Amino acid sequence: MTESDATVASKAHRAIDAIWRIESARLIAGLARFVRDVGLAEDLAQDALVAALEQWPESGIPDNPGAWLMATAKHRAIDVFRRLKRLEEKNEEIGHRSEAAQELTVAELDAADDDVGDDLLRLMFIACHPIIPTDARVALTLRLIGGLTTEEIARAFLVSTPTIAQRIVRAKRTLAEARIPFEVPSGTERAMRLSSVLEVLYLIFNEGYAATAGDDWLRPALCEDALRLGRIMAELAPAEPEVHGLVALMEIQASRLKSRVGPSGAPILLLDQDRGRWDYLLVRRGLAALKRAEDLGGALGPYALQAAIGACHARARTASDTDWPRIVALYDALAQLTPSPIVALNRAVAVAMAYGPAAGLELVDGLDGEPSLAGYHLLPSVRGDLLEKLGRLEEARIEFDRAALLTQNARERELLLARARSCANTPRT
Amino acid sequence: MRFMIIVKANKQSEAGVMPSTELLDAMGKFNEDLAKAGVLLAADGLQASSKGARVQFSGSKRTVVDGPFAETKELIAGYWIWQVKSLAEAIEWVKRCPNPHVGDSEIEIRQIFEQSDFEELTSKARSGAR
Repeated sequence: MTESDATVASKAHRAIDAIWRIESARLIAGLARFVRDVGLAEDLAQDALVAALEQWPESGIPDNPGAWLMATAKHRAIDVFRRLKRLEEKNEEIGHRSEAAQELTVAELDAADDDVGDDLLRLMFIACHPIIPTDARVALTLRLIGGLTTEEIARAFLVSTPTIAQRIVRAKRTLAEARIPFEVPSGTERAMRLSSVLEVLYLIFNEGYAATAGDDWLRPALCEDALRLGRIMAELAPAEPEVHGLVALMEIQASRLKSRVGPSGAPILLLDQDRGRWDYLLVRRGLAALKRAEDLGGALGPYALQAAIGACHARARTASDTDWPRIVALYDALAQLTPSPIVALNRAVAVAMAYGPAAGLELVDGLDGEPSLAGYHLLPSVRGDLLEKLGRLEEARIEFDRAALLTQNARERELLLARARSCANTPRT
Repeated sequence: MRFMIIVKANKQSEAGVMPSTELLDAMGKFNEDLAKAGVLLAADGLQASSKGARVQFSGSKRTVVDGPFAETKELIAGYWIWQVKSLAEAIEWVKRCPNPHVGDSEIEIRQIFEQSDFEELTSKARSGAR
């Protein structure tokens, strides 16, 4: 018996899925330039996908599936615009889509294949436009550029599919109503918009890197998505040092994904990790991306500085080889650029490692009563660690217990309670 | 998930014949597309097996055999490491690759092991995706 029809069809569907992943962002980006509406562009691309799902299992996959999808979407676009134009002739109310309709010709649509890189960059900027709420930027970016389905995004963020669908619909409407131009911003706006793009990518990464609540310490698929988007962005905007800085930061952090959790699912802190299990392909990529950021010249931005700190760890063969004074200097620079109690806390840890726990504790104590750190489990956790190193075990135990109460992560709570117990059980010297 | 994409050797690659400028250009363009899609993690071409060696193990005994090696089709001429969402995506990318040799070529796609609990998490989060 040859392959059943069902097997052939499911094979075709898997191939179409894969083609969609590869082509969808370019397809949507190319169409958006002409229809001037990201939402409509995505609808047209989806229509083309539906046509492919209907036809390809029968006809076979065309030699150039990307071109087939684009041609199909363009025909749909022309239909839509003709209809809008007829509607407009009947009706005096003129929408902005119909302005485009008057000018749209097949020849213009044919040019939609050019400048794919620029179109993708425009799409990235528009998906991360500050006019839409951050969670919608995240969803739109994953969907339009990442090629994820609404269901996949919902599952990754532990929310319902209708919630994500609604976020996306609202975001598209907001963009259409505000008539956000489909362009790469320039001048001072560019810096602000770029930082929004990078923020969104890093948010996606962090969502995967450390789930803020629940028992799963890692949701690595989102890290892969964020890294892929970051690598795309680095090719689209190669002259932006902070893009490479962010990619470097994510590559280096991702290189430790496998060593961050023990066999029982308990988190393992950076300095206790088995460095043989770090992913040196990603370390190498991270160091190369950091070098690209540095080679572009100028002072390092916040992402590149954090990547440089990560690189200090990545370059150290053992934890005791870590260049702590350099890490302190990098935190100094970071604290100047983006002063925050969290940066100050991390700097205090580095100071403790470089110059002894007493020096670090002094800085940590200075953060006591900092309103933004109230309820932040890492403050008592760090304080407990330093007190333990100084032999002040009873005080350390109290801090670990307090940190355990504050953390949202079940595995981390276990770890902190274990440390508290060990302080209580160790005889005082 | 990651895949190793293995380009098999042929007579020319084993003879150390450099590919044509056209093929190099086409391959350069393909690599650029992979990088722009955020798929490409690493890539290397391998020199002919005449410049390599094998170490054969038999119990505690080790025997060194110098190249070249006869079974050309089983040899590797180069590889990529890609990060993609599925085997199907890797296949689609490979179909877009220029023929790496003059005449017949074969490219093999092999999934790289990830830590098992990762894989479990990933498939849980992604199974049944569109």
